[in-house]
Amino acid sequence: MNFLNMYFSPGTIDLFINIAIIVIKIAVVVGVVMLHVAYATYFERKVIGHMQVRLGPMRVGPHGILQPIADGIKLFFKEDIIPANADKPIFYIAPVIALVSALSSLAVLPFFEGFVIANINIGLLFIFAMSSLGTYGIIMAGWASNSKYSFLGGLRSSAQVISYEISMGLSLVGVMMLAGSLNLTEIVKAQESYPLGMFLFPQIIGFFVFMLSAIAETNRAPFDLPEAESELVAGYFVEYSGMRFALFFAAEYIGMIIMSSIATVCFLGGWNGPFDIPYVPFAWFLVKVYFLIFFYYWVRATLPRYRYDHLMALGWKVLIPLSLLNILITGIVKVLL
Amino acid sequence: MNIQLSAMMIMPEIIMTVLALAIVVVDLFVKRKDIVALLSLITAGVVAYATLNGSSGEAFSAMYIADGYSVFFKLVFIISLILTILISVKYIEIEEINLGEYYTLMLFATLGMMVMASAGDIISLYIGLELMALSLYTLAGFMTHNTKSNEAALKYFLLGAFASALLLYGTSLIYGITGTTNLKAIAAYLSVHGVAGNPALMFSLILFIAAFSFKIAAVPFHMWAPDVYEGAPTSVTAFMSVGPKAAGFAAMGRVFLIAFGSLQLNWAAILIPVAILTMAVGNVMALTQTNIKRMLAYSSVAHAGYALMGIIAGGSEGVAGMMNYLMIYAFMNMGAFAVVIMLNTKESKGDQITDYIGLAKSHPFASILMLIFMFSLTGIPPTAGFIGKFYIFMAVVKAGYAWFAAVAVIFSVISAYFYLRIVMLMYMMEPTAELSLSTSTGTGLALLIAALAVISIGVLPSGVISLARAAIAGF
Amino acid sequence: MGGVIFGYLAGVIILLSILVITVKNPVHSVMFMLLMFFHIAGLYLTLNAEFLAAVQIIVYAGAILVLFLFVILLLNLKDELRMKRTTWSWPLGVAAAGALFIAAFLSLRSFVPGTKGVITTAVIKAETNTKVLGRILFTEYLFPFEVVSLVLLVALIGAIVLAKKRQRS
Repeated sequence: MNFLNMYFSPGTIDLFINIAIIVIKIAVVVGVVMLHVAYATYFERKVIGHMQVRLGPMRVGPHGILQPIADGIKLFFKEDIIPANADKPIFYIAPVIALVSALSSLAVLPFFEGFVIANINIGLLFIFAMSSLGTYGIIMAGWASNSKYSFLGGLRSSAQVISYEISMGLSLVGVMMLAGSLNLTEIVKAQESYPLGMFLFPQIIGFFVFMLSAIAETNRAPFDLPEAESELVAGYFVEYSGMRFALFFAAEYIGMIIMSSIATVCFLGGWNGPFDIPYVPFAWFLVKVYFLIFFYYWVRATLPRYRYDHLMALGWKVLIPLSLLNILITGIVKVLL
Repeated sequence: MNIQLSAMMIMPEIIMTVLALAIVVVDLFVKRKDIVALLSLITAGVVAYATLNGSSGEAFSAMYIADGYSVFFKLVFIISLILTILISVKYIEIEEINLGEYYTLMLFATLGMMVMASAGDIISLYIGLELMALSLYTLAGFMTHNTKSNEAALKYFLLGAFASALLLYGTSLIYGITGTTNLKAIAAYLSVHGVAGNPALMFSLILFIAAFSFKIAAVPFHMWAPDVYEGAPTSVTAFMSVGPKAAGFAAMGRVFLIAFGSLQLNWAAILIPVAILTMAVGNVMALTQTNIKRMLAYSSVAHAGYALMGIIAGGSEGVAGMMNYLMIYAFMNMGAFAVVIMLNTKESKGDQITDYIGLAKSHPFASILMLIFMFSLTGIPPTAGFIGKFYIFMAVVKAGYAWFAAVAVIFSVISAYFYLRIVMLMYMMEPTAELSLSTSTGTGLALLIAALAVISIGVLPSGVISLARAAIAGF
Repeated sequence: MGGVIFGYLAGVIILLSILVITVKNPVHSVMFMLLMFFHIAGLYLTLNAEFLAAVQIIVYAGAILVLFLFVILLLNLKDELRMKRTTWSWPLGVAAAGALFIAAFLSLRSFVPGTKGVITTAVIKAETNTKVLGRILFTEYLFPFEVVSLVLLVALIGAIVLAKKRQRS
């Protein structure tokens, strides 16, 4: 295994240097992503504000630019309330599982050429594995809170996430077939010979299915039934407060960033762009990710929430067959060409 | 590997798969389920034809073997499938479980058995076994509104999964010791490398024996059989007591006589007590049963003991005897179950042994058939059961286990008590209650086929015997 | 080093398996099972089978166990907690398991590994586990691989048949 080799290579100094480099990389990536998470919330409030013809946050700092910092401080100092009948160990651990499973996926994402924390052969599978673990955070939170709303939110969420995981996984099979690899760096490189340096056009069905499934996977509007305010108050994290609530919140936004990053890496050509931007190798990556995140907000501001049975029908009867069809077409085309 | 050639070789399986899948779809549009039954019968016929006219050899890197042995067993499976479908049509209507999936699952179970009989590798054997077992778990629990059926399915599933685990653990050990899962390669490795006395190998052998004992319901792994046979729908019980059992023996024959052929002394030392216990427990426990399905369950345990003797005897005589026995057992047991199913009507379940009191007065024809099947199960000439037992006992004697044959004969005599008790109840006692039968063309046809086979094999045994002998020519 | 890692993983797997069946609360059982699956995945990693490791997590932890959890959540846990977990015969079961363990332990000490195959660690490292596994599944093991699809289909049909509501006349 690559990363085991990485940890246990001969020579203690080499080992320490390797570990140090990895730790620094992790710190940088997590730090940068957490900052992006903070400002993704700001970005969301601004975008939705303007779409609804209002200004969004304006008070803290110029144009409300310091709003996320203020929110963070507020959440950090809030009282941590734990319901009396909660299952304590699981109640404590649920937000951690949610956040950790979201953050772990960052380990295999190539942000620009040569920059990836762990360049493993099964990158894409690793991301599937981690995103499937996110369910546990949600379902455990829902159950441990010992509250009807949380419980219903947890149930809805787990059913939804399992269903859409299938179509999401299948939608990426076409990409795997074209790239012939599960390594994300190689997937990006494989796209260079395609139009615009992207798998977008050959895999347009896959992209469509992936984006819809990604919205459902991250429990975002219009598929945000697990936390539907009007019926479930806040869904699975209704009993959480303070920092634990913030962890869930962060996990959701990290999930969004990761889904956008996977879409960027697998369908939009990753760090490659029409022309090179000097000194900022991750510029195109960032542009593409932010465009997709904007897409999330756009969808949220535009579409009303789905009904639950419609959501399930869409997943099982439309997206899964579509993604299977995509695999079939990709296979046939690949054999014929 | 030539894929076209391989694909030609598995034609019976391919045809079965395609037609079974087609039936799944057709079932959606067909209201009358007897049409689905008819289609399944046609499928069985076509597959039988393809099996008989298939080429022989190895396919898919020796994962699949088509030879006389597999063809013979496939015929046994298809016969039990056809007879089961025939007796099912009316029964599942009465029990209100006439869904098209019933037939589809039966076809898939048969497909799994066919894969088992043709397996040249433990992996394909295991997959075939799972295909068969999963279909049967569902079929056992098909009466979802009946708690006994649920219990049967659950018990069968849990113990079956346990047996699968044992089989896989044994396989993993064998794979570790020999570096292969191919049956012939295992045999070659074992004979060359002389690891015969290795305890790890013996442990793996024991795991295999335990796993197969579960599948063929041999003592001490027979506990599930009575409960499952009683709870499952009677038609499914009939199917389970014949097809899967034969499939278990088919796989067992290949694994023990080919892969572990050089260890015959070792496994025979374990299998002989298992066989004796199986006959003892099966026959003795059957004496006290009041439910006919439970009685037939114990009877089928006992018959597994007799068939096991064929494997223990080994050699072409033993294997031919075992195959021959299973073919005959298929007819006689299916016939007995066909009569049992006739007693099941909307009004009464008819599964108590007391229900047979005085049957001869009201339904002489059904009684005479039951009499034939009971005689045959006991092994009384001139029925087929006698021929089956005779050849197995002969093979055992020839292999040098005369005392073993004597023990088996004693248990056969014990078995006469409970089989002939049914006959006695039917003929010697006055009927206590009015009894009606649920007759149908299908059941009638199944009874006719089974009775004719039992009588004709009993009178003219040479046909089946020579068929079995010819089948193992290339084994 | 390899021995230490294996020892840790194997020990923890055994410990967690025992916890899974002894813990009273089914939800906690599932959590221990989840941890156990992670350790099994770790075992695969030490064997150069990274594809299996990932699939272990995706399929078992990500799908099967979530379904377990789903079912458990719909049960009435209060009754479940009050129920006795074992029947009178549990000492028998323990004895049988112990005997099996001793038999396995004694016999496996004389285990001699057989001939090595052509797919060595070097081949796997050069070609990646996924590719090697894929190739062998579609060539040598094509037949069982195709039959497995039928096994899954049967499971699907079976589940639907058993779970579907039936109209009774």
